Amino acid sequence: MSEYVLLVVACGAATYLWRGLGIAVSSRLAADSELFAWVGCVAFAMLAGLVSRIVLIPSGALEHTALWQRLAATAVSLIVYFAVTKKNLLAGVLSSAAVMYLLLLAAG
Amino acid sequence: MVSPARSAFHEGALHAAGIPALVLAAGYMGFGALAAGNGLTFAGTVLSTLFIWALPGQLILVEMHTLGAPFFAVLLSVMLSAVRFLPMTVVMMPLLREAPRPKPHYYAAAHLVSMTGWAWAMARFPAIPPERRLGYFFGFALTLMASATSATALGFLAGDLLPPLAKLAFVFMSPIYFLLMLAGSTRDALGRAAILFGAVVGPVAHFVTPQWSVMVAGVLGGTLGYATHRAWRRRTRSR
Repeated sequence: MSEYVLLVVACGAATYLWRGLGIAVSSRLAADSELFAWVGCVAFAMLAGLVSRIVLIPSGALEHTALWQRLAATAVSLIVYFAVTKKNLLAGVLSSAAVMYLLLLAAG
Repeated sequence: MVSPARSAFHEGALHAAGIPALVLAAGYMGFGALAAGNGLTFAGTVLSTLFIWALPGQLILVEMHTLGAPFFAVLLSVMLSAVRFLPMTVVMMPLLREAPRPKPHYYAAAHLVSMTGWAWAMARFPAIPPERRLGYFFGFALTLMASATSATALGFLAGDLLPPLAKLAFVFMSPIYFLLMLAGSTRDALGRAAILFGAVVGPVAHFVTPQWSVMVAGVLGGTLGYATHRAWRRRTRSR
């Protein structure tokens, strides 16, 4: 088993920990406590930080795209999602891919 | 609609096979392509969908591993990103327990809890008779998982078949899927404050400590967002 697969399994166990714990304590815990409000903030911020970092300073394949291309594709997806289609996730995601492809083609 | 002729499992599976599975598949296809683009293994990528079953955690895993973060740092970050499952299952359990079942059934169902399945269940459960809810949830969530796992594999493999530019566009779907999920999921100012602070802290922290930037964005950005919102609420209330 490669080290990466081991890491995947460990991360799976770490994720399940919370799901299983939720079942175990569900009768004794209030889901609307201040602690959960803070935990929710940490989870949201973590993901927001990761996404903005990937768009601004990507690693891996996206290093071959330009910042302005990523920002333009992001802006279009937000407009399609919020303004054009009233929160159609599929349309928002596909529009960003389409714009990115066209911009990459145009830039050569 | 609940037809007694059809099993609850079948009913749930049918409801998932459509828009929910399609949207999720788009996200996981992007994830598969991203993982391939970051040079990860096929087996590890597909297994992560089955074992972790939480796209945010999987994305954190891929990005941190690519940046060479230590085993423990990745594990801790993924674990922190999954804490949200605790309140989610806590809220969902009472609805499932209205018709009691053996405990292992609940612990198996817990692994299938994801953003999509949970939100769907919370919205539909009240209209579903209690004794059909667990079966319905299994049908719904397992259909999502089957679709997402195939999409992960397809995205990973299709990335190499596509022309290089199309592949880049494909990979970019993954962060955008999250961005839209995040932007669309918060209905309250508290969540928006956390997202705002996280989005600023994330890239800044990346310059200081790339391997821990996800954690720093979460704990620091999340706490700042929480504190700012609570301070602001206290001020407007005391007025």
